[in-house]
Amino acid sequence: MIRERLNGSEILFRVVLSVLCAIIFLSIIYPLYFIVIASISDSTLVSTGKVLFMPKNISFFGYNQIFQDDRIWNGYRNTVFYTLAGTFVNLLITLPAAYVLSRREFRARRLIMVVFVITMFFNGGLIPTYLLMKDLHLTNTMWMFILPFCVNVFYLIIARTFFESSLPSELYEAAAIDGCSHFGFFVRIALPLSKALISVIGLYYLVGHWNDFFTGLIYIRDNKLQPLQIVLRDILLSNQVFQNGAGTGGAAGGYAQKYADQIKYGVIIVSTLPILVIYPFLQKYFEKGVLIGSVKG
Amino acid sequence: MGSRSIFSTFKRDYQLWVMVFPAIAVILIFNYIPMYGIQLAFRDFDFSKGLTGGEWRGLFYFKQFWESFLFTDLMRNTFMISFTSIIIGFPAPILLALVLNQIRRKKMKQLMQTTVYLPHFISIIVLVGMMNVLLSPETGIVGYFMKSVGFGNINLLASTSTFIPVNIISEIWQHCGWNSIIYLAALSTVDPQLYDSAKMDGASRWQTIRYIDFPALIPTIVILFILSMGNILSTGFEKIFLMQNSLNLPVSEVIATYVYKIGIVSNQFSYASAIGLFNTLINFIFLFAMNAISKKASNTSLF
Repeated sequence: MIRERLNGSEILFRVVLSVLCAIIFLSIIYPLYFIVIASISDSTLVSTGKVLFMPKNISFFGYNQIFQDDRIWNGYRNTVFYTLAGTFVNLLITLPAAYVLSRREFRARRLIMVVFVITMFFNGGLIPTYLLMKDLHLTNTMWMFILPFCVNVFYLIIARTFFESSLPSELYEAAAIDGCSHFGFFVRIALPLSKALISVIGLYYLVGHWNDFFTGLIYIRDNKLQPLQIVLRDILLSNQVFQNGAGTGGAAGGYAQKYADQIKYGVIIVSTLPILVIYPFLQKYFEKGVLIGSVKG
Repeated sequence: MGSRSIFSTFKRDYQLWVMVFPAIAVILIFNYIPMYGIQLAFRDFDFSKGLTGGEWRGLFYFKQFWESFLFTDLMRNTFMISFTSIIIGFPAPILLALVLNQIRRKKMKQLMQTTVYLPHFISIIVLVGMMNVLLSPETGIVGYFMKSVGFGNINLLASTSTFIPVNIISEIWQHCGWNSIIYLAALSTVDPQLYDSAKMDGASRWQTIRYIDFPALIPTIVILFILSMGNILSTGFEKIFLMQNSLNLPVSEVIATYVYKIGIVSNQFSYASAIGLFNTLINFIFLFAMNAISKKASNTSLF
């Protein structure tokens, strides 16, 4: 075995590498960590730079307020529903189509692919799309979040490439001899072999729905239908922190000022936590997903 | 043959057609009908006659945009924001991938990757919300430190001079890690023998980066660069829209946000469609131009 020589250049390299990694790591983690400690610390101490590494004067006032705010819970309920239903419909339509387009014996596959890929580079733009949704009476309904753009062509290509490379044609031929139809083959053989793929695409779709704010902004006017992200905008950006409209002045005004920021920090955490919790479990598939997708279709 | 053979394969493949049909229907309805509706940019909008029933006006609405006093501002802002994010934001994930690729300890690399991908999953609202609370001059921590270092009471989010830097830095913070995945994937395909022989020849690790890793990335870099040039006038709507306020509006009003305001907010559908279409066309020209240049220069191209 060759012993690695540690000459000056190699030592310098390792030092630079470690320092760089430390800087990158901290610049990403610290802002997130700061939000966490700020959400349970005294707002006055936070805004004067006294809370840097550890929470101080811990209080859960912000979270208390958040849990009592039905705007947030209504938004949460809506978003959870849109995310689950939307992701389900996404996969229900994308995966079978990807399977079909991966079958070489399917004559129309080239034409259909071209029709799909064009939409990646060209679209009708905001206004014609908006008017179409209006004509179809989809605006101001929950269907807006689930139906219109349920096929993402990029994910479809990832899925198709995956099926092409992981399902050898002999497999289908063998199954067909045993009397297995395409339906049966897809459900009983293709899907069970594609857990990694389903997790990656499922996560992409899921995150897309969870973070979707555009749909609510453009197509939805009814407050009862608004997803969490729109509620977040009101709280975080339009400064409507308190449901009853406090914060505009008077005795309640000073009180509001003091706690508004703590609530904002708390809201950031409450709304982002679900995504951050599931993400590390699926992370190992990401590279695979991107690698598959980058193979030219 | 012709129709008969299609009919016979249709009979054989009817299950495949059933499985692909919903996707075709969704794409045709929600992507192609709006494309057909682009003609609205050349027509008046008539509520009673629907999307394509209004009177033909030719280039009227395009002219209105060219002659509008906002035209130069919008073009300049849109171009500045996307150009600066390409110039600074494009190399960042390449450098990050080269750095991450040098980490030898598996656990360490895993930890770094998990960390740098993380911000990608934060929603844009939350990102801009974080910026608002952290950078606020009165109550934000960054604002507090800026004051104590002597920058004065500067509001980073509401100033024309800091809008672009804040936008780029937050962009890199959020997406650099995620965008590095594709480069990391490309680096993982480098033949390990190359490293061994380089080591044998006494190459330092700086040299392996310079002469093995970087060249291995070039095809990926070229392709992604062409694609990003094709988006030269697509600043993205959401982040800019959320970062806008009355104070930074002179530099932050871009085509996408203007289309929203003109079209969705004030219902001037034809005018807004024309502006949107104009934007798309410029992007197309850049995409094709870059593709042609790179085809000549490096034999790498999209199409």
